[in-house]
Amino acid sequence: MQHSSLKTIRWRILLLGLCLALFSQSASAILTIEITKALENALPIAIVPFSWSGPGALPQDVSGIVRADLVSSGRFDALPAKDFLSHPHADKDVVFKDWRLIKADALVIGSIRMVPAGRYQVQFRLYDVYGHKQLAGFRYVVTAGQLRTVAHQISDIIYQQLTGVPGAFDTRIAYITRSGGLRHPMFQLQIADSDGYDPRTILRSPQPLLTPRWSPDGTSIAYVSFERGHSVVYVQNINTGQRRIVADFQGINSAPAWSPHGRRLALSLSLSGNPEIYVMNMSDGALRQLTHDSSINTEPCWSPHGRYIVFTSDRSGSPQIFRMTSDGRDLERLTFQDIYNAAPCYSPNGKMIALITEQQGQFHAAILHLRDSALQILTNTSLDESPSFAPNGQMVLYATIVRGRGVLATVSVDGNVRQLLRTNEGDVHSPAWSPYNHQLQAN
Amino acid sequence: MKNRSIIPLLVLCAVSLAACGGHEAVKPSSSAAAGGQGSQQGAETSGAGQAGGAQGSALGGQQQAATVVQHTVHFAFNSSHIDATNRAIVEANASYMSANPQVTVTLQGNTDERGTQEYNLALGERRAQAVKRMMVVLGVAGSRMTTISFGAERPVALGHDRAAWRLNRRVDFAYSGN
Repeated sequence: MQHSSLKTIRWRILLLGLCLALFSQSASAILTIEITKALENALPIAIVPFSWSGPGALPQDVSGIVRADLVSSGRFDALPAKDFLSHPHADKDVVFKDWRLIKADALVIGSIRMVPAGRYQVQFRLYDVYGHKQLAGFRYVVTAGQLRTVAHQISDIIYQQLTGVPGAFDTRIAYITRSGGLRHPMFQLQIADSDGYDPRTILRSPQPLLTPRWSPDGTSIAYVSFERGHSVVYVQNINTGQRRIVADFQGINSAPAWSPHGRRLALSLSLSGNPEIYVMNMSDGALRQLTHDSSINTEPCWSPHGRYIVFTSDRSGSPQIFRMTSDGRDLERLTFQDIYNAAPCYSPNGKMIALITEQQGQFHAAILHLRDSALQILTNTSLDESPSFAPNGQMVLYATIVRGRGVLATVSVDGNVRQLLRTNEGDVHSPAWSPYNHQLQAN
Repeated sequence: MKNRSIIPLLVLCAVSLAACGGHEAVKPSSSAAAGGQGSQQGAETSGAGQAGGAQGSALGGQQQAATVVQHTVHFAFNSSHIDATNRAIVEANASYMSANPQVTVTLQGNTDERGTQEYNLALGERRAQAVKRMMVVLGVAGSRMTTISFGAERPVALGHDRAAWRLNRRVDFAYSGN
């Protein structure tokens, strides 16, 4: 709670310290490198390790974080620094020929120095090597604790400049950790940066927690908690820590999913004796039952504009994905392949659905392309769960088991690049990617 | 305090509960509960072991054959079907409840880790309800039974293999009032 409000204050400081558009040529020059048709050919980019002038070691490897972000997206090939013919940190030292020779399409340089009051000044510039021009240049003055955030913001700028799609590195994830073994299990609902760093616990319980879901404005998280001995759905404000029960009916209370404007919550409730999809009006708690079926109906997810709700149902004998309008009409089955398809989650553009599919006993995160119903497996791990899209739709976050431990991972939507996220001790599961940070987007 | 133990309930003279001459013998004891915990730990490290900690040896000493009543019913993957072996376990628990009218039970449905969490929560409830329905058919009043699902969140074995999954796909009988 304290950490969260501190974070808000930090944001304001950061925004004040952000000096936009240092250099005139950066204003309108958006590179239009089209790589959407050739994602397997990642863009070669040279990121020169930023210089550091100040006492001691730099608290965060800012350019290293930028490099990791960009590579994790699957759209960039970060060239090895040992191949660089020069190591510029300032505009005057950039020789484009040096970068053409190593076939870098884009170049990132930067410098960091200590400035008064123990703050750090971070500058970076992004160049189009073949166009001989600067695409972006920004300066930040921040505290040590904000250096990772600055790195993610730089990654977002580079990503947008070079792909035309907004970056989603400066976002957060929510997830559940489990530690303590069988005898003394402890569950924590945590929020961290999109790369898993800077985790903050917002709820701790000896009873299971699951299914955190961000409100569309990023201020609240709905989740399921067993702290009362059975499943109850709560909504908690992540800044104040205040929370309230939204569903504590007879039977299971589960699978919260926010409508696109955050005014309604879809749920799976078994108050009728069978798990059915309901929509709750958040202002007055009024419930509307959307499914009426004797099978399991759960894991609702709204389409981006709220027209549809997709969900998991085994009404056809095994779990499959179904779609209906958000008032419960026009039911349609979406998956027909394989015997287990579940946990559907719409992409931000509404054209894809991430889900979990079973193939020969292996549970993989996958993408269902709605245009042609093609199912694309994204992973080679066997116990995946809880897929969700980055707010820019370019990556999928999911949980899986690696070497016997529950971990989080991201995969680019083409399936080409997978990254394990850094997480704490214990098993981690139930991840959900936050919406964009609107405080930053306003600028 | 509710007794949440899932240890085997040792029932002497299973054929004729009335002949037991007292109900003390059918109470799960705290020492028995500790044994059950130990069994769970064994499952944690080895990923295998007897379902529900059914290592309790049959108690002899009386004329009738002693029978171990397990507090756990197991299932196949993504199934709530109660097979013949597990039906016998349900029947033994129904007999126990019939002989002990003060006892109530919470039927706790669980799944293995495979698949998705919310679906598993629903599947756990379906398993608990399947056991409850069979208990009702066997003569136990529905008002003495409640169901709850923990989905995949309360494993008794922490492994990520078939042995652990087999142990975790279960309904536990958690008795109160005994």
